[in-house]
Amino acid sequence: MKTLPSTDVVIVGGGWTGLLMAKELGARTKHSIVVLERGGPRDNAYYTTTMDELDYLVRNRMVQDCSRETVTFRHSVADKALPLRQLGSFLPGTGVGGAGEHWGAGSPRHSPDCFDLYTKTIEKYGAKKLPEDHCIQDWGITYDELEPYYTRAEKMIGVAGKAGNIRGKRVEGGNVFEGWRSEEYPLPPTKIPYYASLFRDAANSLGYHPFPYPSATLTEIYKNPDGVTRSACTYCGYCHAGCMIGAKAQPTNVLLPVIEKQKGVSIRTGARVYRIVHDGNKKARGVSYVDASGQECFQPAELVFLGSWTFSNTRLLLLSGIGEPYDPITGKGTLGRNLTHELTLPAARVFLDKPLNRFMGTGSAAISVDDLNGDLIDHSNLSFIRGGLLRANSQGYQPILNFGFVPPSVKSRWGSEWKKAAVHYYDQNAPIVFIGEHLAYKGNYMDLDPVYRDDRGDPLLRLTLDWRDNERKMTEYMIPKAVELGRAMGAKEITPFPGLRHYDATRYQGTQVHGGTIIGSSAETSVVNPYLQHWQVPNLFVLGGSVFPQKPVAGPTLTILAQTLRTADAVIDRYLKRPGLLA
Amino acid sequence: MQRRHFLTLSAVTVGGVLVYSLDRKLSRVYAQGNAVRIPLHFFDEREALIVAAAVARIFPSDESGPGAQEAGVVVYIDRQLAGPYGRDHDRYRQGPFENGVPEVGYQGKLTRGEIYREGVKKLAGFDRLSPAEQDAALRQIENSEFFTLLRQHTIEGMFSDPMHGGNIDMVGWQLIGFPGPQMTYLEDVDKHFGQTFRPKPVSLTGGHPIEDEK
Repeated sequence: MKTLPSTDVVIVGGGWTGLLMAKELGARTKHSIVVLERGGPRDNAYYTTTMDELDYLVRNRMVQDCSRETVTFRHSVADKALPLRQLGSFLPGTGVGGAGEHWGAGSPRHSPDCFDLYTKTIEKYGAKKLPEDHCIQDWGITYDELEPYYTRAEKMIGVAGKAGNIRGKRVEGGNVFEGWRSEEYPLPPTKIPYYASLFRDAANSLGYHPFPYPSATLTEIYKNPDGVTRSACTYCGYCHAGCMIGAKAQPTNVLLPVIEKQKGVSIRTGARVYRIVHDGNKKARGVSYVDASGQECFQPAELVFLGSWTFSNTRLLLLSGIGEPYDPITGKGTLGRNLTHELTLPAARVFLDKPLNRFMGTGSAAISVDDLNGDLIDHSNLSFIRGGLLRANSQGYQPILNFGFVPPSVKSRWGSEWKKAAVHYYDQNAPIVFIGEHLAYKGNYMDLDPVYRDDRGDPLLRLTLDWRDNERKMTEYMIPKAVELGRAMGAKEITPFPGLRHYDATRYQGTQVHGGTIIGSSAETSVVNPYLQHWQVPNLFVLGGSVFPQKPVAGPTLTILAQTLRTADAVIDRYLKRPGLLA
Repeated sequence: MQRRHFLTLSAVTVGGVLVYSLDRKLSRVYAQGNAVRIPLHFFDEREALIVAAAVARIFPSDESGPGAQEAGVVVYIDRQLAGPYGRDHDRYRQGPFENGVPEVGYQGKLTRGEIYREGVKKLAGFDRLSPAEQDAALRQIENSEFFTLLRQHTIEGMFSDPMHGGNIDMVGWQLIGFPGPQMTYLEDVDKHFGQTFRPKPVSLTGGHPIEDEK
């Protein structure tokens, strides 16, 4: 073990949160900052060769190498967990920029009531309405507290959208159900391709309030407050392989250009952190990692930030013995609790009689309806709480992942009949997607697997996760709504989603897994305080989606960035002047 | 030294076939007489003929257009299996190997290459059966991991960039009207509503499909 010269700040993970914290500290303090990223270096030039569906979207060349490290999975504590030998329902990133390089750039805010979900639901329906084994809780911060940081984050990454609520004033054309915004979006919404436009017209005809989905793909050339200029999207449809022109916001094109000019920040790639070193659960002293040459190193630091995505954030704390692991039987312990994923499914696949030219688009060139989201519908007589959005996305459809869908009247899955229908409908079908809120339950959590290990010999993270009736009933309620929208779009045939049974780790949903190190107002029920500071170890902060106590409907990235900015302010303005627990 | 294997394809419709080596160097193999001989990297010729026959039943060449045969799907699969993907280098390979629920995904010990070797063995003589007999034989294995891979790889070989060895001359892309990687649709993305818009395909190897010589 080699002990390296001490640094003021060490940041684990070089994705959105790690690099954003580095940028803020680098710009506003004189501290020395080391970012440790397990994957390789990356810059914009990398993306000139990635317009290849097979390598980048099917073989997932940009995501975590699970031959070295994966997670194990089971549905309940009664089952034995087995390793995910290849990734499926989520795709954690690796390399500089992390998952922020291959995301789809959807950038909505969370609805205000997501932050006090527990209190709001009890107020309206009483405690009996909550699912029996839920463990949902309030965040300990409010939408109003986060609003200025949302605005800053939107300006930083350049969100294109249409406001629906500016300081309480309803604006038609935007999402009229959204939380109040202090200003209009920095850029006008994306162009609306044909498929999304059909959905918009159908939604209008049925009395919904469709709106263009906010997207961090620039619709005009844009210079952000850090002085970073990026060019406008050309709708090539290869967002998920990384944007070669820098129109889609990625850590490598929003944050790296600033960090590269900062003297205090250095990024080490190929650095796999395996322990946080600490004094008796009271003070972090730094981190241990294996560098690119295989050398084990100890990096001492005064201040430690974890920004390594939900799995690694949680696993590093478990491996390091920081905090008390959650026990689903007794309910004691907080580390690892409240594992949630998003509930995303093709609620209805529509087969139309017109070509969609759906190869054109961008990650979030979508029209959405929020009318069935959150608590906008009255749940008094429904057997579930909360809801979600319906969306038609002209994301730029690639042929391998999108070939082969045939209408329900065609029964075969190979051979002449199938091929004829699949070719005919190739450019005439697309899904209406439902994204629903995922509540937290006592039995859904993360801990260390007792059997399976990574290539270093450390235990893998174990996920125990399954759907409950709330998600199943919510899905049942939404499918007919999607089918009705599909009919209004002129669909000749429609394949409804067959219904939700057990959580399927092989069906891609989205890289939005939450919990493990959740935020809260009490050390009894959460791992970090509202400033994302570890309750027991005040010089340790945990950034990212692992702090969400449950999964709201909106894509998490903008909220993660806003929370990181809020923590950066608290650290720079208060903690560094007087280290200790922030209140 | 191992004997080199070649796959012999009929060259009735093609003057030459674009073939990519493992390091993705492009070469064009011309017909000698009535046949094109393509070097194989994973299969032997007997195996390749069986796989070629099987994928041609999954994605047939018929009145609705060209299929796996014209796209060179078997060449694509051969190249994939000869590389790290065929040896499961991307998968978590540590034991114990145990059976699990379908929702936890593949838990077998065999690599993809090994699954093919085993699967093809069970289809001995397949390429000499009649189409109806071939379909019956495939229906027997429809629920196997081998068939799942075969079907998935057929779609990949039809529609991946030609640099991977399949989709020869962008035949798959032309079939479904996919234009390949284009730099911009800025002027077209919100136009052509309800009308077919089909830019001339391009691939990462450069160039457009070969024009028919009339």
